[in-house]
Amino acid sequence: MTSSELKEQLLQLHPSLSFEEGAEWLHTNVEAVDWIGLAGTLRNNPILSFDFLFCVTCVDWKAHLSMVYHLRSTKHGHTLVVKSKLNRENPEIESVSGVWRTAEFHEREAYDLFGVKFLNHPDLRRLFLTDDWVGWPLRKDYEDPVNMIKL
Amino acid sequence: MLSIESITGSIQDFLFANLPGFFAVLVQFALVGIFVISLFAVLGLVLVFMERKVSAYMQIRVGPNRVGFKGTAQTLADTLKLVLKEGLTPIGADKFLFNLAPFVVMIGAMLLMAPIPFARNVQIWDVNIGVLYISAISSIAVIGILMAGWASNNKYSLLGAMRSGAQIVSYELSAGLSIIAIVILSGSLQLSEIIASQENGWWIFKGHVPALIAFVIFIIAVTAETNRAPFDMAEAESELTAGFHTEYSGMRFALFFLAEYVNIFIACAIGATLFLGGWLPFHIGSWTAFNHIMDYIPSSIWFMGKTFFLIFIIMWFRWTFPRLRIDQLLNLEWKYLLPISLINVLIMTIIAILGWHF
Amino acid sequence: MIEEVGTSTDGDLIINIGPQHPSTHGVLHLVVTLNGETVKKVEPHLGYIHRSIEKMCESLSYRQFIYVTSRMDYLSSHINNLGCAHAVEKGLQVEIPERAQVIRVLMSELTRLASHQLWWGAMAMDIGAITPFFHAFREREMINDIMEETCGARLTMNYMVPGGVMYDLHPDFQKKVKEFVQFFRSKFDEYDELLTGNVIFQARTKNVGIISKEDAISYGCTGPVARAAGVSCDVRKLFPYDVYGKLQFDEVLMEAGDSFARYQVRMGEMRQSLSIIDQLIDNIPEGEFQAKTKAVLKLPKGEYYSIVETARGELGVYIISEGGMTPYRIKFRSPGFSNLSALDHMARGSKIGDLVAIMGTLDLVIPDIDR
Repeated sequence: MTSSELKEQLLQLHPSLSFEEGAEWLHTNVEAVDWIGLAGTLRNNPILSFDFLFCVTCVDWKAHLSMVYHLRSTKHGHTLVVKSKLNRENPEIESVSGVWRTAEFHEREAYDLFGVKFLNHPDLRRLFLTDDWVGWPLRKDYEDPVNMIKL
Repeated sequence: MLSIESITGSIQDFLFANLPGFFAVLVQFALVGIFVISLFAVLGLVLVFMERKVSAYMQIRVGPNRVGFKGTAQTLADTLKLVLKEGLTPIGADKFLFNLAPFVVMIGAMLLMAPIPFARNVQIWDVNIGVLYISAISSIAVIGILMAGWASNNKYSLLGAMRSGAQIVSYELSAGLSIIAIVILSGSLQLSEIIASQENGWWIFKGHVPALIAFVIFIIAVTAETNRAPFDMAEAESELTAGFHTEYSGMRFALFFLAEYVNIFIACAIGATLFLGGWLPFHIGSWTAFNHIMDYIPSSIWFMGKTFFLIFIIMWFRWTFPRLRIDQLLNLEWKYLLPISLINVLIMTIIAILGWHF
Repeated sequence: MIEEVGTSTDGDLIINIGPQHPSTHGVLHLVVTLNGETVKKVEPHLGYIHRSIEKMCESLSYRQFIYVTSRMDYLSSHINNLGCAHAVEKGLQVEIPERAQVIRVLMSELTRLASHQLWWGAMAMDIGAITPFFHAFREREMINDIMEETCGARLTMNYMVPGGVMYDLHPDFQKKVKEFVQFFRSKFDEYDELLTGNVIFQARTKNVGIISKEDAISYGCTGPVARAAGVSCDVRKLFPYDVYGKLQFDEVLMEAGDSFARYQVRMGEMRQSLSIIDQLIDNIPEGEFQAKTKAVLKLPKGEYYSIVETARGELGVYIISEGGMTPYRIKFRSPGFSNLSALDHMARGSKIGDLVAIMGTLDLVIPDIDR
């Protein structure tokens, strides 16, 4: 399915979605509270069938955080990027580890490095850093005089 | 001709001529003790060197080649290093059992030296139940391994020891049954008599197919009993780091290491004695000239040659095969080897009763 | 942190495999719950080699950050660099000279071969056969020598740069590669004899660590792990980059999803790599090996995502640019990370020995997972 077809299809299912143009793949923005519902649709709708979540990450935009999910359908071969803005002080979003199992590890990574709280995650702990680590290293305002390389 | 037989004989005559009987026996004890301990050390060094060279050959490498002449002193240097290393005892370990375990394993291996006929009439103790003695004493090693695994207070060690226990107890059955096949043929438990019964041909040739089957099962079973790859479940370095001797270091580790090699030697020596005629030379029926030449080769060389041939085969296994899994290992024994050996013993009995063997 | 080490309340044995362990091939730490010999649960603990490469890259320029990525999946460093170069090129909109594209593919395939050879040896070692390791390294050494001649390095090549490759090929390159290909082809029988056909090896790998097609997709598995379960996921076929689109090669697919299928997929891939090298080695076009690019690269504001197929699977490089000299954010989607997450699912109910064999067939490279 091409990007424009995908866009039409998605708008039929969720008229509230907004889209970004210009990138290689179709980008769509979703409210954090709507994400888990949309995720189920994307995964299970036979026309969309986005069964492969290949990249989950977070971006710190200084004013807010943004979760980025890259989805692909192994059946149809189309790709979709879903973004969701999060409040920087209290970033919370529903976990999709029940929809795509790979999300469990990727969300733990995002929690570890950005401090995003994934609601209903089965095992939300630090993944790379030690449990007593203070701060979220990949946020832009993180300072670590010992471990960080400054150029 | 100066043979080991004449040396030992003359020493014995000398002792009994010059000393009262009791002291002569005491001196003999001491001499035998020194002989066994030095043999233990020399065998360890030689076999470790051989293993490294064999593995190097199979792995397209050169192997040890710097220390001493063509690397021959490499194992000596390694042993020296191990002796000089600190022997650590972990805090949580059961100190008494932890320190005792390597000695139990080693003493078990040493005791097995007693009934082995190294050459014509050279045997430390020609006990009339030699085969039984060997099966009984060889089980002691598993106690040492279990002791080491339990006393280390390490879960890897414990798992290794448990595997080893299950494995040795199972494979002893097949090893025992394949030995019994030969005992049935020769009609004696005494090793010297078993050899004597092969004067006109080794059992592996005389005993038809059942003897061959017994031999193959024996080799598989002793490989398992000595914890060698592909049955090295007790060590399983890629799974349990080093299995039962994970916590051992220094000389205590070296004792385990040496005991492993001495156990291989003994297992192969017994195999050579039971199936390949021990120190007897290779004879072919009526080729008198050929047989005469063979007789010129000293009996000790024959014995060592056969033993080292079997050792080479066991080393070959180790450097070719992947490791079995524990359940596959036990399946192999209980579902295949044990039934086969039982039937084999039955066939062997029929052959022996009907006198079908040569 | 590390759990209370010992026995759990219901009598299960909890053992720590790693971070120092012969078969984790690096500093992976698995907390394994055992019931006797049977694995009940595997919990990976990561981060022993976490360097936060993503954060580091935020302060490095678009030329500099590629060098750091050689240290992620150090066995496919060419392909890591290639993925980064692609992402930058997407932003720069440069046309890559034909010669550079061919060199890139050749180097990628040689890297894949070297990586699979190391995997072959290491996996055999995990299963308890030590000899294959040395045989695999004999051939791998030849590739390393070829790499050394052209790239000046044997492990962290840093050869792919935005716009092409860093230097031209060494004059002996073609000759040496042809020698290697011929030699390696003749060794395949030896490999099969030593390991593939071995009864014990097959017993150890068949029907062990099975993952179904659905689970493989759900866990985000890529590369040989997914292809062994029948998931068609070869980036070289799905989203051809460089000259892959013009080449004749097959995507090796298996159905069983067990350890042996993963083994066969990688063996098949080695053969495919050889055939790709065959197709290209005599047809390296003349011309520039690098496109003209500015000394200081600046990517236009936007998002760039490139995908390449490393020896372990799909590597994604996600660059967010704000128009400056350094990336605003970089994310590396590493194949090993997702493959590792399926380990618990694959290993449950198997024996400790199987766990090690499964880890071997996953072909984990820990710096790739930790980044």
